[in-house]
Amino acid sequence: MKQYSYFPGCGLSPEGFGRAFDWSIKGVNKVLDLEFKEIPDWNCCGTVPYDTLHEHASFAVCARNLALAEQIGGDLVAPCSSCYVFLSRTNQYIHEYAKVKKEVEDALAAGGLAYHGKVKVRKVLDVYVNDVGYDVIAAKVKKSLEGLKVACYYGCQEVRPIFGRDHPENPKYMDKLVKALGAEAVNFPLKSACCGGSLIISEEDASLELIKKLLDSAVSNGAEVMITGCPLCQLNVDAYQAMVNRKYKTDYHLPILFFTQLMGVAFGLDEKDLGLKTSIVPVKKALAKFI
Amino acid sequence: MSFEPKIVGILCNWCSYTGADLAGTSRKKYLPNVRIVRVMCSGRVEPTFILKAFEQGADGVLVCGCHPGDCHYQDGNKKTARRMPLLKKMLAQFGIEDERVRLEWISASEGDRFAAIVNEMTEQVRKLGPFSGNGGGANG
Amino acid sequence: MAPKIGVYICHCGSNIAGIVDCSKVTEFARGLPNVAVARDYKYMCSDPGQNLIKEDIKKLGLNRVVVASCSPRMHEPTFRRACQDAGLNQYLFEMANIREQCSWVHVDKEMATEKAKALVSAAVHRVALQEPLETKEVAMNPCTLVIGGGVAGIQAALEIADAGHKVYLLEKEPSIGGHMAMFDKTFPTLDCAACILTPKMTSVGQNHNIELLAYSELVELSGYIGNFKAKIKKKARYIDTVKCTGCGRCSELCPTSLPNEFDCGLGQRKAIYIPSPYAVPNKAIIDAKNCLHLKGKANGKDVCRLCQKGNEKKGLVGCEAEAIDFDQKDEMVEIEIGNIIVATGFQQFDPAKIYQLGYGRLNNVFTSLEFERLTNASGPTSGRVLLKDGSEPKTIAILHCIGSRDANYHKYCSRVCCMYSLKFAHLLREKLPEAAVYQLYIDMRCAGSGYEEFYERLQEEGVNFIRGKAGEVTDLAESPEEKDRLVVMVEDTLVRRKRRLPVDMVILSCALEPRPDTEQLARILTLSRKADGFFLEKHPKLDPVATTTDGVYIVGCCQSPKDIPDTVAQASAAAARVLALISKGKVEIEAAIANIDEEKCSGCKICIDLCPYKAISFDEEKKVSRVNEALCKGCGTCVAACPSGAIKGRHFTTEEIMAEIEGVLA
Repeated sequence: MKQYSYFPGCGLSPEGFGRAFDWSIKGVNKVLDLEFKEIPDWNCCGTVPYDTLHEHASFAVCARNLALAEQIGGDLVAPCSSCYVFLSRTNQYIHEYAKVKKEVEDALAAGGLAYHGKVKVRKVLDVYVNDVGYDVIAAKVKKSLEGLKVACYYGCQEVRPIFGRDHPENPKYMDKLVKALGAEAVNFPLKSACCGGSLIISEEDASLELIKKLLDSAVSNGAEVMITGCPLCQLNVDAYQAMVNRKYKTDYHLPILFFTQLMGVAFGLDEKDLGLKTSIVPVKKALAKFI
Repeated sequence: MSFEPKIVGILCNWCSYTGADLAGTSRKKYLPNVRIVRVMCSGRVEPTFILKAFEQGADGVLVCGCHPGDCHYQDGNKKTARRMPLLKKMLAQFGIEDERVRLEWISASEGDRFAAIVNEMTEQVRKLGPFSGNGGGANG
Repeated sequence: MAPKIGVYICHCGSNIAGIVDCSKVTEFARGLPNVAVARDYKYMCSDPGQNLIKEDIKKLGLNRVVVASCSPRMHEPTFRRACQDAGLNQYLFEMANIREQCSWVHVDKEMATEKAKALVSAAVHRVALQEPLETKEVAMNPCTLVIGGGVAGIQAALEIADAGHKVYLLEKEPSIGGHMAMFDKTFPTLDCAACILTPKMTSVGQNHNIELLAYSELVELSGYIGNFKAKIKKKARYIDTVKCTGCGRCSELCPTSLPNEFDCGLGQRKAIYIPSPYAVPNKAIIDAKNCLHLKGKANGKDVCRLCQKGNEKKGLVGCEAEAIDFDQKDEMVEIEIGNIIVATGFQQFDPAKIYQLGYGRLNNVFTSLEFERLTNASGPTSGRVLLKDGSEPKTIAILHCIGSRDANYHKYCSRVCCMYSLKFAHLLREKLPEAAVYQLYIDMRCAGSGYEEFYERLQEEGVNFIRGKAGEVTDLAESPEEKDRLVVMVEDTLVRRKRRLPVDMVILSCALEPRPDTEQLARILTLSRKADGFFLEKHPKLDPVATTTDGVYIVGCCQSPKDIPDTVAQASAAAARVLALISKGKVEIEAAIANIDEEKCSGCKICIDLCPYKAISFDEEKKVSRVNEALCKGCGTCVAACPSGAIKGRHFTTEEIMAEIEGVLA
């Protein structure tokens, strides 16, 4: 079995807002016979807050996780899009810039660690699509999601061309995955458009406008549920949907799930294990036929 | 008085020699320890030239050619790129320090870079001391 | 005879003398082996300076000369000529570079003087071993091959042919004319492209000195300047061009319709067709991939043949000239020429690569060439600017720099796009006076005679200029006025606001890029290419049409993107170079080349594969290698590689270089 290390990040930790992602990944992995080994004593990847304050220190902090992952061996799976980008970028900069490499090496050495550049950072969707394959996934479907109209929302970070393998403007991995589960992936032109990310905190209006556009586009194309691979996207579209409705006088009730939750439903896993109740916009109605 | 290394530079006519000329027309200053011999292509450089230079008293040899892909004669520099590492392996077995022989690609527009390389190599060879033929070092 | 060396140290005013102690160097030179006389002078390259050398050669019987002054890249030819004038072979001369590589770059006067002495010593040791060499001459074949029948190739061919010499004009497509024949009007004068080009095309077709090889490709080339042999494949047209009258009846009869290349796929043609309304040669051609009969023939069936048989119902007879020949095969011809002019032009950047601009996805997003065909009276819409649904656009946006000035595709500026975009804007305002035209630019590049004035004119014509590169073209409406239209998203950097422009048509001003076959052609012709993929010229400023392969010239857009005036100028320049060589009748071959001592050659053949010019051949009888002196460029790679030391690099012999190394360390 192929070896993977696992970086849940703050979002996917037991109290994190993306904990349902973690639960559903573990559930799906059991079905697909995969094991992601969690890095012991991992630390926050640094991401937006630290990186913008002190870039070089944030590389060192992030690289600690890479060093620990290297000890486990295999590819490092980082489900959260932000963590994924920061880990990948740190990896790349260590490789490209001698100065960064030196600073990171010195910092890690002070903590008794070393990183030799051997880790490849990957997303869950990438692993399922390229290492497992649609056919294997389709074979594990117990309850075909036929008739369900799904908007596949990739978010803006997963598709960055430098790290990712899917098309940066018109990605297809999730759409094809949905098809393998028996459902229909609706046309969703804003599939890789930004949800506002962390700006929901500091520039709420700008972010709400972006979220509204996403909901508009998905719903007007007939989506009954939206799925995503990024905990922050999920949080924004889910938790702030009520605010969008209030501000723009709309009436959206579009449930947004992690794609692994949808996979779990198709695999016949228990809804408790998939964390369906953690969603704020109720999920039951849209998935009534399947759970 | 500090030791002044004697370094022979073998430069190809089309790119590196012209680059060195550019350093001159730009009045870029660099250390006077490199004496330049011109060949038409770095592909002309025989390993025996380098050995001869050391035999005649050089402390270092700098071979320069066009960047890969830009060779005036298509791919003469590719041959140089193959020959030099082999030569350096052999020299290492004689105990000759790696820094005494250097291969650089310099384009006709890289006058600044040529000057920087001359300065850098001069200091490196100065630290190594005079070439003694028995593995370097002032005590030889 | 023992060497008798004259050494001359130049002061170059204070350029050298300011740092290097010239009298000390001269004194030092006097003591070097074989030096008969050593002098110093203020300006050696001047007439009196040169006379010093000439006088000494004559009076003192000098047989070697060393000048220590500037870079040989500066004055080696000057002093070589001086020696030659005084009766001394020019290869018995050597220079020491004590200016660019000594006085100009060092501050310590003592060390600079020591280094100058060493460089002089190197030159003196070297020149003692130098031998007299003679440049050889070979005959010049007055025929010329011009590859590419666009405006560049046409111009070059006509100039050489009008001077009375034979030209083979080779064109890949079935007709000459290139991209210019597709254009509508040309900037800044708004001349009709076809009107100014077609007379030249006709001249080419009628000129007795031009042999037009249309629908043909260069397959192989051997030889050297003055004596090339080219193998050309004449592709099968399935039409006997001698019999074909270009009447077009066959096209009327053909049942198969498909998108037309000449109209960039916007119009239709038949499987048997005449390439364009102004095709030269004006002959039909069959597209074998789409011809029903030829496809059937490959499977042993005999179908269609309507072009030959005619259509009784329509009352049309088949080809009366009996020019259709379904059995025609490709033909190989060999020609001999003295010079080659490469005029293969450019390819338009494919904007489908930039997903977010919607080309190929959204309706009514056009490339610049497509738009040229739309506005052209001979185009698919007879010159009317129409959307895909046949209606007229009310608002049009022209997007600059698509694929140019872009780190993701081409870093360079394609030079002509700002101007042709202005031209498009003018044509739009002319044809659709009620329409609003937006031009989205990064910078307006209007350098050229009448170009800036043209820009001013367009500003007065009411075109809306927005400084900002378009980010996205989308059909996702966000307001009622955007519904069912295209929306161009751009940041207007002068107003500092993001804008959404609802438009009906988008024109993408696409980059000019190198053609995909340049790699293959470069290999056949032994040409280098620049980092951006265009052919490499000998010198970007002083020799833009020559290449480092003597006898091969590059003109027009295959060298770098440019407009028609510059293309024509380059074509004329190359023609002039060729005519100069033809009138000379012979060409000088470089003397500093390799030479194999057949007695020492062991026949190992190592040198043969190393030579980038395929200049070494193997004599099967004698079992030795031999250098073709006309092909050898003197790089010396083979000299360094020969295990027997059988190859001598004239003027850069191992002994000479070793002596130089010895001298430089003395």
